[in-house]
Amino acid sequence: MKRKKRKSATALCGWQKRLRNDWILYAMLLPILLWYLIFCYLPMGGITLAFRNYRYDMGLWRSPWVGLAHFRTMFSDAEFWRAFKNTLIFSAGKLLFHFPVPIFVAILLNEIRHPPVKKFFQTVFTFPHFISWVVLSGILINMFASNGIVNQLLGALGWGQVAPLMSLDSFRPFIWSSNIWKEFGWDSIIYMAALTSIDPQLYEAADIDGAGRLQKMLYITWPGIRGTVCVMLILQIGGIMSGASFDQIFNLYSSPVYPVADIIDTYVYRQSFMVGTNFGYTTAIGLLKSVIGVVMICGANRITARLGEDGLF
Amino acid sequence: MKQKKRLSAFEVCLYLVFGVLAAVTLYPFYNVLIVSLSNTVTSARYSPYLYPHVFDLTGYRAIVRDVYFFKSLATTLFVTAVGTSMNMAFSVVAAYVLSRKRLMGRGALLGAILFTMLFSGGLIPTYLVICDLGLDNTVWSMILPTMISTYYLIIMKNYFAGIPASLEEAARIDGANDAVILTRIFVPISKPFMATFALFYAVERWNGWWEAFLYINKKDIKPLQIYLRDILVSFNTQLGSQAQSVMTGGKVFVQSVQMAAIVVTMVPILCLYPFLQKYFVKGVMIGSVKE
Repeated sequence: MKRKKRKSATALCGWQKRLRNDWILYAMLLPILLWYLIFCYLPMGGITLAFRNYRYDMGLWRSPWVGLAHFRTMFSDAEFWRAFKNTLIFSAGKLLFHFPVPIFVAILLNEIRHPPVKKFFQTVFTFPHFISWVVLSGILINMFASNGIVNQLLGALGWGQVAPLMSLDSFRPFIWSSNIWKEFGWDSIIYMAALTSIDPQLYEAADIDGAGRLQKMLYITWPGIRGTVCVMLILQIGGIMSGASFDQIFNLYSSPVYPVADIIDTYVYRQSFMVGTNFGYTTAIGLLKSVIGVVMICGANRITARLGEDGLF
Repeated sequence: MKQKKRLSAFEVCLYLVFGVLAAVTLYPFYNVLIVSLSNTVTSARYSPYLYPHVFDLTGYRAIVRDVYFFKSLATTLFVTAVGTSMNMAFSVVAAYVLSRKRLMGRGALLGAILFTMLFSGGLIPTYLVICDLGLDNTVWSMILPTMISTYYLIIMKNYFAGIPASLEEAARIDGANDAVILTRIFVPISKPFMATFALFYAVERWNGWWEAFLYINKKDIKPLQIYLRDILVSFNTQLGSQAQSVMTGGKVFVQSVQMAAIVVTMVPILCLYPFLQKYFVKGVMIGSVKE
């Protein structure tokens, strides 16, 4: 209490003195501030474009205002709503199919009693995380090509050809499963970390009491990571507007599957750079997405805090 | 002394399941490797699945004959080396400054920085700002916009905040200023921690393609990922016609060139992976610890 008072007193009478004494610290801060201003806050200011009609001759800051015209267009733009819906569907599917996988993997990996074996599997499972979607999509497209390994195996079994990347029915499941392939190992690390903090004495005590493996999993392991699972779940719900990564969809989709594959990010990209729609309109779409995203994340954080877990910020 | 524990039936199943899962995880990469090493004509008819039927390096030969491959490799090496150095320099300095409690306006600054994690200008405003700055079609468009990862910055800041204040005080009595304290004390004692983030940044720079895709039209400075993407998606590079002349067939025979390009792009990550693997668990765990 006392310290606080003194601190504010010095701040009042001598911030210039503090600046002079600490000028090296503030000199170090300067380039950082500049970077954030130029590369983060300047584009944020540029969001005013959502209320302007972009004109090449007038640029980002001087294009004429149009008020909410872009938002009115958006609400009657069927393709936008399709992309909006797809974004939500990809998120819901990720929550349903992807989310539980790393939890199971972590719990089961925890059952392996030989640390080198455990480490080996973890190393293998995490590898695809470090490869870009450009490369991974190349691999997948090759494997599922008409002369690729998958169709060849299916042919040998006497089944028909598949083309999941071209099919309206299987494109989404393909996105979900390929994302599981890339990320399940990486995603399980956070749960593995939570599991290492469980006191081993609990397991010993359970052994003495004659608890079986399943009982130990249910009554020791699961409670040990439940908090982490809760936080991750809420984060996932908070990230509802980014359930499918742009990199993944953009490198795997093609025009036949746009109806099921197009998400807001890819729609904005195509409209801006391939169709040539006004930049103002696509900025407005981006703004709507960002705002919904922020509201969801803040809401999720509020809920986490209410549940007694550490919030995000 | 250590008694070999006998595997129970459950564990046998567990090992089996994980073994299959590991094979499924790695097989796609292995498949790429063998296709890249196979004769293009045979693999067009039946894809190899365990080993190349007819060993053939045409794919790799076509790539090393392409001058744009080396240009893109040079670009990516430059972006990775310079980009990672600048990433680290800026992040470390920012982390140090923001971890000093005596910094005036620290709370507001942190708030403003955290806010950028939640909200951004979005695609078009960012694109226009970068172009207004004249960064399009320069290598700097691949370096400057991603110079600080706020997420890593916050983790580093928390780490620096945990270094005992007595170290700093002792140095200060000896007449050291902030720059000296950071470079002579903070950086040396947190080397393994720094290595984690340098590796993360390096992988991101190596894998980076989006900025280049958006800002770079000049063929001379396209990075490796874009070079690869061009081969994969449209096969419209110089290599296209070269490879086609090397081989006799139509588009199908291009496959081994594509797979060779994938392998070449992945090799550095593979080489880095053992080191990455050593650190990433630590990185994630530090990330989950809050101030």
